[in-house]
Amino acid sequence: MKFTIQVSEGPYNHQASDTAYQFAKAALAKGHEIYRVFFYHDGVNNATRLTTPPQDDRNVVNRWSALAAEHNLDLVVCVAAAQRRGIADADEAKRNGKDADNIAPGFRISGLGQLIEGGIQSDRLVVFGD
Amino acid sequence: MLHTVNKSPFEKNSLSSCLAHAKEGSAILLIEDGVYGALKGSKMAAEVQDAMGKFTLYALGPDLKARGIADKIIDGVKVIDYAGFVDLACENDKVQSWL
Repeated sequence: MKFTIQVSEGPYNHQASDTAYQFAKAALAKGHEIYRVFFYHDGVNNATRLTTPPQDDRNVVNRWSALAAEHNLDLVVCVAAAQRRGIADADEAKRNGKDADNIAPGFRISGLGQLIEGGIQSDRLVVFGD
Repeated sequence: MLHTVNKSPFEKNSLSSCLAHAKEGSAILLIEDGVYGALKGSKMAAEVQDAMGKFTLYALGPDLKARGIADKIIDGVKVIDYAGFVDLACENDKVQSWL
């Protein structure tokens, strides 16, 4: 079965991203397909590679990147939500005149249409948020 | 339809709303702080027990364990893991999150 997952909360302030990750991992382990993970609202904070949690804590950002690399996942960050919160890839940083980008490996910045398309192309859309 | 509730019923009323609006025969899964809705002997327990004739109630085991209430839940609430969550999402045609 094909899933699209929406994550609407940032790491470390809410369990939503952890639950979404565990759900995605379990779905992949069962042989299902994750068509897309869409990070929306504060969920875009899952996509900054500058995240540096203590060494004995889970690294929520790296964990998503690793899962994406292993299973070729499409991790999409909402562009408008990302701009508001200072999440940028090289193109966005240049376009907005910023001196750096911070997007983590495996994530890409795109629009809300990607969430709608994910919902259309998938059998299930599962939302994790507050 | 599968309904997921992630709020404690002692903080927000999303579990009551869900129980009031869900169609008979629906599956309701308590996750995150929502698992407190499965707590035996609480102020909420009677409402949840009444609803069990209409719905199938599930609670996410890892979230029960993380909150130390795995052995204090209402009889008849089915405890599942993340794989079980995935199975429920497949068996039901839609997943509605009561955020």
